[in-house]
Amino acid sequence: MSDKDPAPLKPNRPKLALHVPEPPFRPGDKPDFSKMKVPAAGSAPRPDVSAAASETHPLTTALVRVLDEDNRAVGPWDPKLDPETLRKMLRDMVTVRVFDDRMYRSQRQGKTSFYMKCTGEEAIAVAAQNALDREDMHFPTYRQQGLLVARDYPLVDMMNQIYSNKGDKLQGRQLPIMYSDKAYGFFSISGNLGTQFPQAVGWAMAAAIKGDSRICMGWIGDGATAEGDFHSAMTFAAVYNAPVILATVNNQWAISSFSGIAGAERATFAQRAVGYGIAGLRVDGNDALAVYAAVRWASERARTNQGPTLIEFFTYRAEGHSTSDDPSGYRPTDEAKAWPLGDPIERLKAHLIQLGEWDDERHDELTKEADAKVRAAQKESEKLGILPQQGKDNIGSMFEDVYAEVPWHIAEQREQALDENR
Amino acid sequence: MPTMNMIQALNDAHKVMMRRDEDIVVFGEDIGFFGGVFRVTEGLQKEFGKQRVFDAPISEGGIVATAVGMAAYGIKPLIEIQFADYIYPGYDQIVSEVAKMRYRTAGEWTMPMVIRTPYGGGIFGGQTHSQSPESLFTHIAGLKVVVPSTPYDAKGLLIAAVEDPDPIIFFEPKRIYNGPFEGHHDRPVTPWAKHPASEVPEGHYTVPLGKAAVVREGNELTVLAYGTMVHVALAAVNEQGIDAEVIDLRSLVPLDIETIEKSVEKTGRCLIAQEAPRTSGFAAELSALVQERCFYHLEAPVERVTGWDTPYPHAYEWAYFPGPKRMKTALEKVMAD
Repeated sequence: MSDKDPAPLKPNRPKLALHVPEPPFRPGDKPDFSKMKVPAAGSAPRPDVSAAASETHPLTTALVRVLDEDNRAVGPWDPKLDPETLRKMLRDMVTVRVFDDRMYRSQRQGKTSFYMKCTGEEAIAVAAQNALDREDMHFPTYRQQGLLVARDYPLVDMMNQIYSNKGDKLQGRQLPIMYSDKAYGFFSISGNLGTQFPQAVGWAMAAAIKGDSRICMGWIGDGATAEGDFHSAMTFAAVYNAPVILATVNNQWAISSFSGIAGAERATFAQRAVGYGIAGLRVDGNDALAVYAAVRWASERARTNQGPTLIEFFTYRAEGHSTSDDPSGYRPTDEAKAWPLGDPIERLKAHLIQLGEWDDERHDELTKEADAKVRAAQKESEKLGILPQQGKDNIGSMFEDVYAEVPWHIAEQREQALDENR
Repeated sequence: MPTMNMIQALNDAHKVMMRRDEDIVVFGEDIGFFGGVFRVTEGLQKEFGKQRVFDAPISEGGIVATAVGMAAYGIKPLIEIQFADYIYPGYDQIVSEVAKMRYRTAGEWTMPMVIRTPYGGGIFGGQTHSQSPESLFTHIAGLKVVVPSTPYDAKGLLIAAVEDPDPIIFFEPKRIYNGPFEGHHDRPVTPWAKHPASEVPEGHYTVPLGKAAVVREGNELTVLAYGTMVHVALAAVNEQGIDAEVIDLRSLVPLDIETIEKSVEKTGRCLIAQEAPRTSGFAAELSALVQERCFYHLEAPVERVTGWDTPYPHAYEWAYFPGPKRMKTALEKVMAD
């Protein structure tokens, strides 16, 4: 030891300890959310869309809810939708759930390699899309299939992508569910989490630069808010007053990590808006009317150059993260059933019934119709092949679209690959 | 014909293209009102307005990401990362998004953008103002990598890059922004004005991507170089009196393999010069290509002159930078066999 060593630590000071957040319940525990504060429907105030961002701060800890315990639409956020729109949203949500179930089964049958459901989160993408215009742009994650369904995207095209078959417009290059469709305002999904959040801001900046009237919506999950891209999205959105809606879908889980690992123990995700000077809303994600109303509010704000909004959609990921995940390894199997905000489809259905615009019989019929539609699409898509049959023909196409033109070095590799597979 | 240094040539390329295409948007740190820490964007905000030329927050990830969104919208970002040493926070966006977009969407979405960044050493820049990270980008399918070495090429290549449909990483050797550098740090710097390539035409012209330039013809040896090392290599072969052919690659990806092969087949010897560290550097790729394609013409092993496999040091600038002394040793070695 040299005589230049620092002085020894002072004695008798308390030991420091690392805090590692733990979810409230683990496998074997009985999930009990009775302590979770669920504000009453209609209790959150609705500021004018021209309100200063700072005025929305109370709304970042509240919960915008419209549907009450008796399934009535109440309070200032009631979007007062006509029954036709409500039925369309219900139809879209049911379609998404049926689609998810069919494709999950397809993966289990070995027809494709991978799938991700959005069970329990259907209201968010579906209602958000119904609140926006057809020309508005989305930068989605892999769990907003409802955006495509709500825009009446052909289910067969979604399946073709999932099967990487001959109808796959992405030519078998992308993992299942990484959809892309420019014409439907649905930006190419990336496996790299968070990247699309600041990209959405850039799209909105471009719309502003060009004096467009379209706006943009960026999507991220609770877990991915920990990525640096979340921070840059918020910073750029605030700095340039970008006409963007930044949606954080807080489904409580990032694979096996509960939201506390992403920082939810100390602050809501909506509260992050406060520090950036962005309007923030925290919304019941299982309440389609609340989702619709919040997105409508944020879209009017963005469209009138009053800036970006961060919305936290509070929900619950009712199923496994993906077909490669078994949630019973990290959370109680019955946790989704105990979740206090219920099921979004059941809640919207009950609301329509309460309005006298729906009944169980019509709902059964709707489910059957959705099922028939999905099955028909599946049949059509599977005619074009399923994954195990793919990747043998047209191997040369693997080398295209790396660049606009195939450069010499890739052309040489293409020849080699074709030779190998002759 | 006007005489320009590399900064003025790059600035002029911006003006030429921004006047032609109103969808070009320029942003980055300090590039707006101030005109950039190296003056490359001087006067652009005044001429084209804040909607098209604006300062960005200090967030390389955010700069590249918002450029991705803008390209997705259909406008053309021409962005700056202040030093190549600071490009890493944007690396995920560049590698995972920019580079792969055309491929992953089967051509539905493309990323026609240019990411300009000053790079290279020889300026006492220490660890984070001297790096040459080109091999981290040449390794990524979907990116094109361009490095000019003269004002003429800088303007023509930048215009070609802006017009190219693919994303370009445009490395600017900041050591030679103001004048060519032959590696003799103990001699006064000569300005570009005395170099013929400082004659830069007004208006629009291009230097094609994927095309190397034979900057010195010769029969005994082929020297492959880019950026500052082109000037270091030229001076070294002249000083050693070697009848070398010096090739300025200009584009690393796509690479002008024909010009390289033709030259090595003629000379039978090859020396590759880069500032970047040796292991897995772009010189390794060049060496492998020459060995694979010109093996039966080679009379000596392919030699590499590079930076050392260390971070770029401050006080040891001239022991690190692959200057005349190391060039001489390598030239003697490759010519000896």
